[in-house]
Amino acid sequence: MANTKINIAGVEFKNPVVTASGTFGSGMEYSEFVDLNRLGGVVTKGVANIPWPGNPTPRVAEVYGGMLNAIGLQNPGIDVFIERDLEFLKRFDTNVIVNVCGKSVSDYLEVVERLNDTDIDMMEINISCPNVKEGAIAFGQKADSVFDITNQIRSIAKKPVIMKLSPNVTDITEMARAAEAAGADAISLINTITGMKIDINKRSFVLANKTGGMSGPAIKPIAVRMVYQCAQAVKIPIIGMGGIANGEDAIEFLMAGATAVAAGAMNFVNPYLTQELVDGIEAFLDKNKIEDIKDIIGCVK
Amino acid sequence: MKKKTVGFVTRSEEISVDIFSLWIETELAKDAKPGQFVGIFTNDRSALLPRPISICEVNKDKSALRLVYRIAGKGTREFSHLQAGRRVSLLGVLGNGFPCEEAEDKCAVLMGGGIGVPPILELAKVLSGNGGVNKPIAKEVICVIGYRDAQTFLLEELQQYAKVLVATEDGSIGTKGNVIDALNENKLNPDIIYACGPMPMLRGIKNWAEPRQIPAFISLEERMACGVGACLGCVCTTSKKDSHSHVNNARICTDGPVFDSREVII
Repeated sequence: MANTKINIAGVEFKNPVVTASGTFGSGMEYSEFVDLNRLGGVVTKGVANIPWPGNPTPRVAEVYGGMLNAIGLQNPGIDVFIERDLEFLKRFDTNVIVNVCGKSVSDYLEVVERLNDTDIDMMEINISCPNVKEGAIAFGQKADSVFDITNQIRSIAKKPVIMKLSPNVTDITEMARAAEAAGADAISLINTITGMKIDINKRSFVLANKTGGMSGPAIKPIAVRMVYQCAQAVKIPIIGMGGIANGEDAIEFLMAGATAVAAGAMNFVNPYLTQELVDGIEAFLDKNKIEDIKDIIGCVK
Repeated sequence: MKKKTVGFVTRSEEISVDIFSLWIETELAKDAKPGQFVGIFTNDRSALLPRPISICEVNKDKSALRLVYRIAGKGTREFSHLQAGRRVSLLGVLGNGFPCEEAEDKCAVLMGGGIGVPPILELAKVLSGNGGVNKPIAKEVICVIGYRDAQTFLLEELQQYAKVLVATEDGSIGTKGNVIDALNENKLNPDIIYACGPMPMLRGIKNWAEPRQIPAFISLEERMACGVGACLGCVCTTSKKDSHSHVNNARICTDGPVFDSREVII
């Protein structure tokens, strides 16, 4: 059987399959469907220093080949998260990557400091959520602000730091380079693409937030392209995501240059997806007599 | 245990204008309770998310669920073309369901409006002990059902299990007006209310029941994505801190869809 182990910033993953933040809670809900022990890691929903109520409803809408969401990062805050969600995740043999969100730099730093004292494996910094009025994407759309927040977080973080990048920029490689230059250990992409849906009968927006982040198979080609571009631009590892629906899709991201891949919105369509990605990647490697997954990472130049 | 599974259509028919009834043989039936729902998937790869549809009837002997739905978009339009023998992918069983035990030895009034009527049928069946075949849970079961006009559905079936009062907006059958008008006109004194229907109706029931200190369990609706409590797409405002995020936003798909009216702000 092929080797599927990968390493990101000194953290070993049994396989390259993780979850996309916000689509998998803290693993509790989907543990009814999949064995979390089989996953390379669980990336949690974004957590802030205090509880956030999120946006008004409707928060989700279906669109062709995907969906829009404007949840607005509803979360219980770091206290409950550490007591409940991290305690739950500890029971599994999988890497725990905590997604961190904030309205201001000090919000992010407060969460990072709290996480420093836990035994999580990595943190992912959300500078790309398009659905909140303050923070998040505001830090992720200019190279100098990406550099600045990465630098400040990196200077206090005691865990490897992944910067999650937004596709809603002119040139994502500038953000990737800024993150790398400021000391990020890895980058993850793509977050959702800002979209809109109008109800023509009601002459109004479907989402209460007017805009929402688009995800699902319809955005996959954009995500593959951006992963490829970033892989050419930086040396740090990339976690690739955007519309992954099966093992073949995951292989495509790996070949584009991602070291790991995340299952996102398609978890909602196929709650067994994460586990099927692990199986699908193994099957592809075996069928093609590839001994080590590293042989296909970034193999397309 | 929730699962995604394949079911087999055994019967599909239009029972009123744009209202369809679908019987599906599925293992999910064995755990299904009134007020719960399933997600049904389309075969259209452009329309990916499961469609949440409430359970109208459960037949445990045949391991089958009945779903009654209105054509509301391309997903439900596709379902309307399903024929016996076809396979459908289902996610379930979802949601908490109506708390039937609360009706023990009480006069229960079950209120349904429009496409909120279907879950009331299984509830009436359970609370009445299958129309008196088994020992009933409630002392008395009365249904108050609202339709727009004379194009009713499920009415005769409800009458097998309970006394049924009807309200129609145009007055063509029963009380002219809504279900609250019918409740008042018939001077009903429920000990407990269960309801499913459009938001203005649920709001009316909440405002009617609470000053009278009558517990009302209402089934809410919202646009959903995952259906299992992970995405936080389908929340409703709650009067107390919710159990998941502690921000007064409960998940309709998992903490609900049925809530004590006093718990939610609608």
